[in-house]
Amino acid sequence: MHTKTLAQLSSGLHRREFSSQELTRAFLERITRFNPEINAYVTVTEEQALAQAQLADQRIAAGLSTALTGIPIAQKDIFCTQGVRTSCGSRMLDNFISPYDATVVERYNQAGAVMLGKLNMDEFAMGSSNETSFYGPVKNPWDTGTVPGGSSGGSAAAISAGLTAAATGTDTGGSIRQPAAFCGITGLKPTYGRVSRYGMIAFASSLDQAGPMAKTAEDCALMLQAMAGFDERDSTSVDHPVPDYAASLNESLEGLKIGLPKEFFGEGLDADIARNIDAAIEEYRKLGATVHEISLPHMHLSVPAYYVVAPAECSSNLARFDGVRYGYRCDNPKDLSDLYTRSRGEGFGAEVKRRILIGTYVLSAGYYDAYYLKAQKIRRLISEDFRQAFQQVDVIMGPTAPSVAFRFGEKGENPLAMYLSDIYTIAVNLAGLPGMSIPVGFSGGLPVGMQILGAHFSEGRLLNVAHRYQQETDWHQKMPGAFA
Amino acid sequence: MEWETVIGLEVHAQLATQSKIFSGAPTAYGAEPNTQACAIDLALPGVLPVLNAEAVRMAVRFGLAIGAHIAPVSVFARKNYFYPDLPKGYQISQYDLPVVGKGQLSILVDGEEQIVGITRAHLEEDAGKSLHEDFDGYSGIDLNRAGTPLLEIVSEPDMRSAKEAVAYLKKLHALVRYLGICDGNMQEGSFRCDANVSVRPKGQKEFGTRAEIKNLNSFRFVEKAINFEVERQIELLQSGGTVVQETRLYDSVKDETRSMRSKEEANDYRYFPDPDLLPLEIHADFIEQVRGQLPELPDEKRDRFKTQYGLNDYDALVLTATRELADYYEAVTAAAGCDAKLCANWVMGDLSAALNKAGLEIEDSPLEAARLAGLVKLIADDTISGKIAKQVFEVIWESGESADVVIEKQGLRQITDSGAIEAIIDKILADNPEQLTQYRSGKDKLFGFFVGQAMKATQGKANPQQLNDLLKSKLQG
Repeated sequence: MHTKTLAQLSSGLHRREFSSQELTRAFLERITRFNPEINAYVTVTEEQALAQAQLADQRIAAGLSTALTGIPIAQKDIFCTQGVRTSCGSRMLDNFISPYDATVVERYNQAGAVMLGKLNMDEFAMGSSNETSFYGPVKNPWDTGTVPGGSSGGSAAAISAGLTAAATGTDTGGSIRQPAAFCGITGLKPTYGRVSRYGMIAFASSLDQAGPMAKTAEDCALMLQAMAGFDERDSTSVDHPVPDYAASLNESLEGLKIGLPKEFFGEGLDADIARNIDAAIEEYRKLGATVHEISLPHMHLSVPAYYVVAPAECSSNLARFDGVRYGYRCDNPKDLSDLYTRSRGEGFGAEVKRRILIGTYVLSAGYYDAYYLKAQKIRRLISEDFRQAFQQVDVIMGPTAPSVAFRFGEKGENPLAMYLSDIYTIAVNLAGLPGMSIPVGFSGGLPVGMQILGAHFSEGRLLNVAHRYQQETDWHQKMPGAFA
Repeated sequence: MEWETVIGLEVHAQLATQSKIFSGAPTAYGAEPNTQACAIDLALPGVLPVLNAEAVRMAVRFGLAIGAHIAPVSVFARKNYFYPDLPKGYQISQYDLPVVGKGQLSILVDGEEQIVGITRAHLEEDAGKSLHEDFDGYSGIDLNRAGTPLLEIVSEPDMRSAKEAVAYLKKLHALVRYLGICDGNMQEGSFRCDANVSVRPKGQKEFGTRAEIKNLNSFRFVEKAINFEVERQIELLQSGGTVVQETRLYDSVKDETRSMRSKEEANDYRYFPDPDLLPLEIHADFIEQVRGQLPELPDEKRDRFKTQYGLNDYDALVLTATRELADYYEAVTAAAGCDAKLCANWVMGDLSAALNKAGLEIEDSPLEAARLAGLVKLIADDTISGKIAKQVFEVIWESGESADVVIEKQGLRQITDSGAIEAIIDKILADNPEQLTQYRSGKDKLFGFFVGQAMKATQGKANPQQLNDLLKSKLQG
């Protein structure tokens, strides 16, 4: 059953080929068997999952189900789940049991989805390799010596290894798309404001966006349908109608204008990845699309701008973790200052501390204008680049990452090399746009991902574009041999 | 050398909303610790702020009342610092783009009207409270107050004495209560004031170095603290010292200010726009809607009282000091249907004295406007004299009875029958022939003696004017 897509499982449940309890047990058994190898789950909520599955079966029997009722999914451990530990991959929250559900979690519960557990991630979503998690790194099912990407590495690996039908992820600078590419699955980062951030532990508030990760674009459409929509508890969520994403999946791509930014295909891109992308573009030509070279002239400024804005917001967002009300507290604090410094010093890992320091620095008196304000100006320039590009083309395509999954420790000592692995994904967050990554081939036995970017609120179009490709190809059906 | 004092005030007015500025938790004062703090106030992981529209409406009301520009776009910023009663590690406030811009307030000092500029007013959230007693050496934290909406009102350094500062503060206090945006309770911290105080040689243009004085929770303390601080700075400068820019705490027990922290120790708050909140946009039609709902403001009311009731400046000012007092006065005048000045005298005189003595506010007066009006009416139509009225007042203040009932019961009705008064006078003159002779031979002072005798004989009920006139003519013979 783990090889089936979410859409196939949904129709199986509704045709009573199997029950949600059988399905849930099957996934729980696989988690028991395979999770020790890849470390994708930090918490498995077996009892709760089986109870939810039982309710889902009753709901299906009563004819009150949705497409997701009875479907086993898993939550990135950045989403607050009532009564369940919500660690955010950090020692700081290792003891934190949330008293409330995130809006995203609440919506999946309402849809009747079954939560198998909480997924591993880079600490506070800061990382591109999952090596910063307090719970140890997640391993890439395609080669357990390589990273699954990050920060939603647990989500991507769990889907790839067949340990869940689908999962939630969050994407601040590529954290859905890059792990989706590394693990050979499909992931969608929606438009900023499309999905509520309430109950999603903030890293960089103006960039963070939750999105679905699954085997296929069709599965992502079903997942996004439940996730998306205005939430009055999140002032930055947008009151924009949510279309029926599944309904537009099969629309023709005849006349689709694809833009290829020359900045995505320059120096630094692995030649084998470039070949895979070319082949995918060729497939789109066959589907009736036309291809146009475009330019995003300020692309090269996206990484530096991001590493000012994101740490600045993170330094403030993470100030609440002070050892006073919840979370990690050092032993025997001497006084208030000792309580703060040791609780935070011991509770946070190195990458989180590095970003807090950078963020504190760029917001300091005398540096604010030179860094933070300048970065905000660059953000506007990048948004303007995209706005102009989308006057010429419908979607933009390019590689998700400059390389396939790299080996553990390969970039650990060099934060800048690590930061550059998000070079193609970051600009999208700065502009608040939606973007997808879909599997388009292999290089050296490891999956290659291609990005599809669109204008604000074009999720339906992106899913359609991805789905039509997946109707013609089978990259998304490949599973890593060891987990088949 | 002659010195000039320069004072600017920062006032934190707690807005009288039902719920907090960024959460739905209630704002009521005095609840058990941490029972009015929700997930958002506790800054649990993942929570987000949502702006309370009522707080914005109140800020706009205030802005319009001081004639200020209301910013079409203002921005909430994070003020970052660590403190145990600041759950998020930052306070959401407004920094370079406040909701209310420049405005002004007119004050009356020694009969002179003065204008005090208001630089800005901005919305922000309050912090919780740290409690340092009874926790076995630990400190307790109460987050009930965390997230309570505040309007911080910053004045220009336009005041030149403690007296002016207090006049401004009282005017501001009356205004926020008129507007119904703040209960003004200084003891409970709903209306808090920090004073920036400096001195300079008279005639010098540049400001001296200022000290910021905190913890001023009554008008009296504001006055005393400023006076102390001015003396301290002058003495320091005259003895060759320099004033350090610092925050000082007023100790009301010792009546002194003392250093809390100097500027060198000041935090770098790393302000930046809060990415969880969109810029606050206020449209012109909203502003007009709020303008249409503004009540009559203190200055307008004062001017109306002068023209409508013929009151002088002083009476009009006193009676419009609070909305409640003004309402009470108008109710008395309307019910009495007579002499507005007489009504003013009674409200400002005996009633205010009685309230003061009992420690009551006008809205808690046991003597309702209608009953006081009943008393004033009896004076105006000569049913009783002013002197008797004072006795009646004492009774109706205590008893809840009407003045009519009291004077009937106690037979206090004024004697205005001139026949009756004449008879009494005749008897007194007959009983005191010696004094009568002395008076008629030129000892005018004895007039008072005869008045006293007559009042005694009528138990004070004789109409004083009538008695005077009749007595004079009889004594002349």
